[in-house]
Amino acid sequence: MLELRDIQVDFDGFKALGGVDLTVAEGELRFLIGPNGAGKTTLIDVITGLTRPTSGTVGFDGHDLVGRKEHHIVRLGVGRTFQTAVVFEELTVLENLDLAASFRKPLWSLMRQRKGVTEAVEEALSRTGLEELAERSAGVLSHGQRQWLEIGMLLAQRPRLLLLDEPVAGMSREERERTGELLTGIARDHTVIVVEHDMEFLRRYASQVTVLHEGKVLTEGSVDQVRADPRVQEVYLGRRASDAVGTGS
Amino acid sequence: MNKTDVMNKADVMKKADVMKKAIYPILVGLLVVAAPFLMDAFRLNLLAKYLCFAIVALGIGLAWGQGGMLTLGQGVFFGLGGYSMAMYLKLQEGGLPDFMVWSGVEKLPALWTPFANPVFALATAILGPMLLATLLGLLVFRQRVRGAYFAILTQALAAALVILLVGQQGLTGGTNGMTNFYDLFAWDLAEDSTQRGLYFVVAVVLALLYLGARQLVRSRYGRLLVAVRDGEDRVRFLGYDPATVKTVTFAISAGMAGLAGALFVPVVGIISPALLGVVPSLELVVAVAVGGRYALAGAVLGAVVMGYAKTAFSEQFADGWLYLQGALFILVMTLAPKGIMGVIKRARTA
Ligand SMILES: Nc1ncnc2c1ncn2[C@@H]1O[C@H](COP(=O)(O)OP(=O)(O)O)[C@@H](O)[C@H]1O
Ligand SMILES: [Mg+2]
Repeated sequence: MLELRDIQVDFDGFKALGGVDLTVAEGELRFLIGPNGAGKTTLIDVITGLTRPTSGTVGFDGHDLVGRKEHHIVRLGVGRTFQTAVVFEELTVLENLDLAASFRKPLWSLMRQRKGVTEAVEEALSRTGLEELAERSAGVLSHGQRQWLEIGMLLAQRPRLLLLDEPVAGMSREERERTGELLTGIARDHTVIVVEHDMEFLRRYASQVTVLHEGKVLTEGSVDQVRADPRVQEVYLGRRASDAVGTGS
Repeated sequence: MNKTDVMNKADVMKKADVMKKAIYPILVGLLVVAAPFLMDAFRLNLLAKYLCFAIVALGIGLAWGQGGMLTLGQGVFFGLGGYSMAMYLKLQEGGLPDFMVWSGVEKLPALWTPFANPVFALATAILGPMLLATLLGLLVFRQRVRGAYFAILTQALAAALVILLVGQQGLTGGTNGMTNFYDLFAWDLAEDSTQRGLYFVVAVVLALLYLGARQLVRSRYGRLLVAVRDGEDRVRFLGYDPATVKTVTFAISAGMAGLAGALFVPVVGIISPALLGVVPSLELVVAVAVGGRYALAGAVLGAVVMGYAKTAFSEQFADGWLYLQGALFILVMTLAPKGIMGVIKRARTA
């Protein structure tokens, strides 16, 4: 479903990505890990059109995404969240979700007042457990709730491929657990790529893992395979991978 | 409590709520209707002029307050509307317009001929600005020009239009613009009754546009506009093109300014480059800031208040107004960024 070939990204001579190949099949839940600065966010930026790669192709369902505008890529069914959740603080939780869900409607039809709540929004509310907060302004949400709202907005868009950039960073233990359950539910009927370091989180929810290091794919495989790989341990400074991977951010 | 009790209580509360909300529109409506009986013809004419400015301000409130587009060139659209109307009024008198005779033009320029038709003139006054804003918006917003760059660009456009108008003396009346309008359709513009009628027309147009704008702000599109204002780059990842969203609002605000210009000409009796250049464009933005840009009512209020303040001050100290206006702007921006409406809201909730 997603096929990245030889993706290179140069930031003024600095090679953030140096030839990345990545294939993700329909229905897969793929974890993307790697130390800080490895290029994980940059890779997501490339797929979603925020950063244009210096070379390489991004195949999605037979389309090459390189050079397409961000909103076109969203319209093809690729959605993302951001490392620091960005929601619209002046709008209510419900309005945030409703906007996310309405992007396929023609602009003129948006000029009518919203009546009720659409099915997609209802579903996003219940999946993220934000029903109680629906009418509150998004500005008052806690860090964890913002992440959920952003995931909810993504769900409301009904994308085919979801890219989540560090969804549990900065969350409490309890919040991580809820996010993990949410993620498992989402992965059941979506193709998902998650950037995450937290080792316990990885152990509990991941199956397939891709390790990125200095802009290149270091290795790929199951969680156990990857953790046992000496190169991965070395990248994480020679410490035991199971601890060290968990300290990244 | 049984079920009907609860429902009645909710009903009563709803009614009280509606009453509370309706009180300001009713008050304003009464004032507008009473105005012709409360003031003389001269003052009423001034009020009508301020209401024309309020229509432009309403558009600025939409574009800037809701959409984050700081447009410093609404005078361009106001001017296009004003000149369209002025051309119609001039042609209605029959014969070659006076200023053309003075500048030695012998034959009516081809550009002028369709403006003999009032429908064409009014349509051009509104659709011309909308078209120009659409082209400009698509060009500029697609390139992701925004913030101060957009502001400066619109300001430059206002300056350019002034130069164009001044340069085309035979076509536009040059620096003096056009004046000496006598009739609008069958009505004598010098008559008090005509002016009273015009005042009502302006008031009704403003009211309708205000209600329409309010509907728009409350719609999904209105929410989207606020989202674009607060996080244009994030909106792209919701699947929308911010350039289109902004262009639509910019075009609406331009249409409002054009219509305001068309109404302004018969009310005030003149249109000239000085009325639509950089300074008047800026003055209205200041007025919107003072009134409160985040509320549509604030934009309208600001235009009327600043209109009165300007008249009152200029009657006494000719040049003082410019400085006072600047000081007021800085004061509002630092102490009450949400303007008069923000202060009112805070007082009501406190
Ligand atoms: N816009 C940019 N300009 C220059 N360098 C950048 C830019 N974005 C990211 N980088 C650099 O690219 C590298 C990879 O960054 P990033 O993809 O954010 O890493 P990760 O998400 O894996 O922590 C980092 O060294 C970062 O400093
Ligand atoms: Mg990152």
